[in-house]
Amino acid sequence: MKIKNAIILLLIVAIIGAGAFVGIKGIQIGETEISPVRDMMKLGLDLKGGVFVVLEAETDATGDELNRIMGQTQGVIERRVNAMGLTEPNIVREGDKRIRVELPGAKNAQEAIDMIGKTAQLQFVKPNGEVILSGNQVKNAEVVFESNKGNVPSVSLEFNSEGARAFQAATKEVSAAAALNERIIAIILDDQIISAPEVREEIPNGRAVITGNFTIDEASNLAALIRGGALPVNLTEVQTSAIGPTLGLDSLNKSIDAAKIGIALVLLFMIVYYRVPGLIASIALMLYILIVLYVFIGFGATLTLPGVAGLILSIGMAVDANVIIFERLKEELRNGKSLRAAVDSGFARALTTILDANITTVIAGIVLFQFGSGPIRGFAVTLMIGIGVSMFTAVVITKMLLKLFININIFKNTKLYGA
Amino acid sequence: MMIMNKTKIWFGLSIAIIVIGLIMGMINGLNMGIDFTGGTMMQFNLGKEVKVNEIKDIISEFALDADIIHAGQDKQEVIIKTKADLNNDQRQEIFSAFKERYNLTDEDFLQAEQFGPAIGEEIRNRALLSIAIAALGMLAYITFRFEFKFGIAAIIALLHDIFVVLAVYAIFRIPVNSSFVAAILTIVGYSINDTIVVFDRIRENVKFMKKASYEEIADTSINQTIARSINTSFTTLLSIIMLYVLGVDAIRQFALPLIAGIATGTYSSIFIASPVWTLWKNWEKKNKRYNAA
Repeated sequence: MKIKNAIILLLIVAIIGAGAFVGIKGIQIGETEISPVRDMMKLGLDLKGGVFVVLEAETDATGDELNRIMGQTQGVIERRVNAMGLTEPNIVREGDKRIRVELPGAKNAQEAIDMIGKTAQLQFVKPNGEVILSGNQVKNAEVVFESNKGNVPSVSLEFNSEGARAFQAATKEVSAAAALNERIIAIILDDQIISAPEVREEIPNGRAVITGNFTIDEASNLAALIRGGALPVNLTEVQTSAIGPTLGLDSLNKSIDAAKIGIALVLLFMIVYYRVPGLIASIALMLYILIVLYVFIGFGATLTLPGVAGLILSIGMAVDANVIIFERLKEELRNGKSLRAAVDSGFARALTTILDANITTVIAGIVLFQFGSGPIRGFAVTLMIGIGVSMFTAVVITKMLLKLFININIFKNTKLYGA
Repeated sequence: MMIMNKTKIWFGLSIAIIVIGLIMGMINGLNMGIDFTGGTMMQFNLGKEVKVNEIKDIISEFALDADIIHAGQDKQEVIIKTKADLNNDQRQEIFSAFKERYNLTDEDFLQAEQFGPAIGEEIRNRALLSIAIAALGMLAYITFRFEFKFGIAAIIALLHDIFVVLAVYAIFRIPVNSSFVAAILTIVGYSINDTIVVFDRIRENVKFMKKASYEEIADTSINQTIARSINTSFTTLLSIIMLYVLGVDAIRQFALPLIAGIATGTYSSIFIASPVWTLWKNWEKKNKRYNAA
């Protein structure tokens, strides 16, 4: 029995040790590679650097009308953001009239914000480069099927009255030109020509149709681009955060250093004060940290700066569960119980305390998650994951390790358990 | 250790700290962060320490009424905070002024944060609401698991902690911002956690110590749990203090109230929560006796 227990114990310690090593350094076995935790963790903008901006649409529209406007706006922004070629941009509608744009790793924050917020990118341009009208004079653009031309998909344009006048004048002039390349009115979106149709005649009524060998997809794409080029509403910045990459990295490194030293001190204290149980709690705590980190990665949760604080705080709370158990254990030993009996009743009596105490904390966590925003939610997630895992490690793992230790029979002196 | 017979001292001490904080708060006003008031914050790396007056001079043309704070290891960074709601172009204009003067690159624009005035109010209201909801949720749980009086005593201890932490914010002029909300809620969670452990013991001892007075029960329970209370606070504080010592400004602003909160959370679970419960229980017993007579 002794040897078997010792082997199991050593095995567990070895697994946890190996886990910690892989977590810090990463490992490569043949084809499979496990990256260090640091590289696998999704980092928030405050740790990685980047930009987020919350834009609010200036509109009184409601219901479906508002939804249409917001959908269109989101589409425009998405297209602009994608053109920037950033990894993992995130564009979501927030509430009714707001859109949150997150651009991790955007190097030049100001430029990025400029790009997103630009209005009226769409221009109709004469061959000589003169701008005829811009996107906000386009009322609508949609796919139509020209029945007199065999139902081919085309794009119809509709201008407002001002646009219609300008377009009439321009088409009159351009259609009169001799050479083909003189008869083109280019449609330019964000400095890119998206269509260059030839003008055949003067177009007076503010309605034009672009025909060509479009597939339905191409036609609807072009229509969307023309519609989308004109941001349907003005956007105002209601909240911005731009964090340079060096600052984010600095925050992360310093937090990791703080965590390392903090953890080391906590483990040291536990071993000095609680001796054998303290040592066991330290092993369980290492496992706790590993599980929390991997659960975090598994959930795809994003680690933010307050999240780091939550993580470190949850380590403190994980210790608490152990402390409650060990104090009970000591009491039971002083009451004259045997080591084994003391462990059993100590754990049993500590369990309700730990449950009640942690559930109340979880209530705070849920509320934080429900009502908080951005980084605060990150904090709430860490806290709750931390509490859940800490109960598991303290109640299950610590108990198992403690029993293994006792069964090995080397450390029989109850003094080693704090009695 | 006898706690209950010195109740007046503990209550007095707490009230003194809270009153000092309130007075400081009323004189200086709380240092509201821009995320609560709306406004703009920018952080530049100037490459060297630059006198506040010089910076004020540069930004004087923008009429910002800004706070200027040095940051970074050698104070080579500067944080400009204003309640003015500056858009991207305006921010860029201000940075350009610094860029020219000190030969900076775009990388030296370390960070910018901007909050429209409406968003500030929203965040603040949501914060207050979440604290209220959390408190009610906990009260309900404690009433369900223990009894209503424990719940109320725990909430009083909680309010005590919130006020003490507010006093710390007022005294040290820490900005009240969204980290503040997270800090307060963490403290709420921690303080309740701490109080519950003591109450759990009282609940247990009430069954065993049938002949004892409520004071004796509370004292015994506190003495049985005090080692745990102190050790847990100590280990939690260890890690948070490291965060404060080594962390960046944003983290330190978060760590300091947590340090205060954990200290006061431990204090209140011992010196406030149990005495309140004892007082109430005794008052109830006395009233019953009169009623019977």
